[in-house]
Amino acid sequence: MNATLKTSATRPGVEAIAAKGWLAAHKWLFLRRSSQVGILLLFLVGPWFGIWIVKGNLNFSYTLNFLPLTDPYVILQSLLARQVPEKLALIGVTIVVLFYLLVGGRAYCSWVCPVNLLTDFAYWLRVRLGLKGSAHISRPTRYWMLGMTLVAAAVTGSIAWEMVNPVSMMHRGLIFGLGLAWAVLLAVFLFDLFVMRHGWCGHLCPVGAFYSLIGRYTLTRIKLPAREACNDCMDCFAVCPEPQVIRPALKAIDGTPPLILEANCTNCGRCIDVCSKDVFAFGTRFNKVVNSVEPVTGVPQAAPK
Amino acid sequence: MDNENKPSAAARRQFLADTARMACGVGLLGLGVGLYARHAKALPPAAIRPPGALPETEFSAACIRCGLCVRDCPFDILHLAKPEEPMSTGTPYFVARQLPCEMCEDIPCVKACPTGALDHSLKDINKSKMGLAVLVDQETCLNFLGLRCDICYRVCPVIDKAITLDRQVNVRTGRHTHFIPVVHSDHCTGCGKCEKACPTEVASIKVFPLYMAKGQLSSHYRLGWVEKEKAGGSLVAPDVEHRYNMPEGMKYESGKGLSPSAPADAAPGSAPGSTSGLPRAFQGGKL
Repeated sequence: MNATLKTSATRPGVEAIAAKGWLAAHKWLFLRRSSQVGILLLFLVGPWFGIWIVKGNLNFSYTLNFLPLTDPYVILQSLLARQVPEKLALIGVTIVVLFYLLVGGRAYCSWVCPVNLLTDFAYWLRVRLGLKGSAHISRPTRYWMLGMTLVAAAVTGSIAWEMVNPVSMMHRGLIFGLGLAWAVLLAVFLFDLFVMRHGWCGHLCPVGAFYSLIGRYTLTRIKLPAREACNDCMDCFAVCPEPQVIRPALKAIDGTPPLILEANCTNCGRCIDVCSKDVFAFGTRFNKVVNSVEPVTGVPQAAPK
Repeated sequence: MDNENKPSAAARRQFLADTARMACGVGLLGLGVGLYARHAKALPPAAIRPPGALPETEFSAACIRCGLCVRDCPFDILHLAKPEEPMSTGTPYFVARQLPCEMCEDIPCVKACPTGALDHSLKDINKSKMGLAVLVDQETCLNFLGLRCDICYRVCPVIDKAITLDRQVNVRTGRHTHFIPVVHSDHCTGCGKCEKACPTEVASIKVFPLYMAKGQLSSHYRLGWVEKEKAGGSLVAPDVEHRYNMPEGMKYESGKGLSPSAPADAAPGSAPGSTSGLPRAFQGGKL
């Protein structure tokens, strides 16, 4: 859908398309959309066509009656509500945590979560419609949200957040039937479109906040092997859903090595796509770690337009 | 703004204001979520949990809403609750009047549950307690009206244990028998077959979640006859044999009434075998 961006010279990515060609300038975006849609389809071919590859949903899934995958966040809430799950769920948690330690904590957000399709669309539309202005809620609000959901679980003795969680509501809804969940999803969409830029995924979602905790120790990270080549076109800031993570590594603030170690980088790879100078690339957290400065949370900074 | 010469104070004020705003906003949301979760803890009467489901308060903490039980139910009777339905979003249930539980012997739904929200220690489906059948309407139950409908009794997978037909006199006709379906909670699994099969327009027998269907005696209540059996004898002082003050020459026997004393221990002067002086009512209790 971002193909239309090239029609305007002011939109990010134009330089990259000119330098690398359209395909190379959309490589990670294409792969990411394939992953998001593909994972959703894996869940859907069962109920749609009776081809049962994956059963369940993102909270727990069972692939080919062999591979259990469990959302560690929902299990954490269950534990706080004083219920210890059976072994199968715990094996699933271990696999998932190890997996995201490898590929990046919030890779869940950009490569798996179906709500990302919705909020990315809202952001795309926001740009297309030229909607300016955005409500201000600081990015660490998501950690308050995370804390609130955990307290709610402990106080009510139930997985309270699951009753309203748009993430599981959307995924479960698409597979098992939406019901009125569409209204909740529409609210998230409209919120992101009219009220706040990157509002849900970038500021409020406690699921993303949880996965960012895994992201603090994640192996796969964005490295900046050619940050000297940066020509300050600002395209990466424009496409990044968490632009505050780029600046320290790109501008070597406080001696930050050319590596994005910020927990809230979603490893979406969009910055790699839109950079005409190939400043960014996927690497590991051990690439050129000279004097690792790891901020606790993303300090809200003036995000460029 | 006014404090440009004191940026740290302004920044601190801004930080505190932001934090307060954030905390209040998130706190309000949390309150809403908490109240909503509380509210949805009571299962609506028509929704029955799958076999082996933990008690509702624990279930909403253990069930992670994955839907594996729904998938592994061979009869597709289970649904996941949608957000607008009055129970925890995404939790499984079935509606007996639509499709009752078929009580598979291998209980695939319980096996599928990854968390134990459906208790894996349930091995015998006949021991499950999904709910309890209640004959809710004696005014419409055909057996209560005197017919031999018997459908609930016949379809019950635990026939003659969970539902029995107890015979009572049909007082209206004076010559017929009512075959009254009686549900026994120690055998009823709550599968809902009876509710599904009940032929009245609206089911006269319904399955309810246990918390709705079951009463409970106060904990201090003891059933005398049970306690007596447990103790192997009466727990209170044995009854003193009752003594009657009889008219002279009479004796009283339970079930027989008054009769003249037997000759052996008869009072002197009374004529043996003479009953002529007695009212009929006292003659051997036969009227």
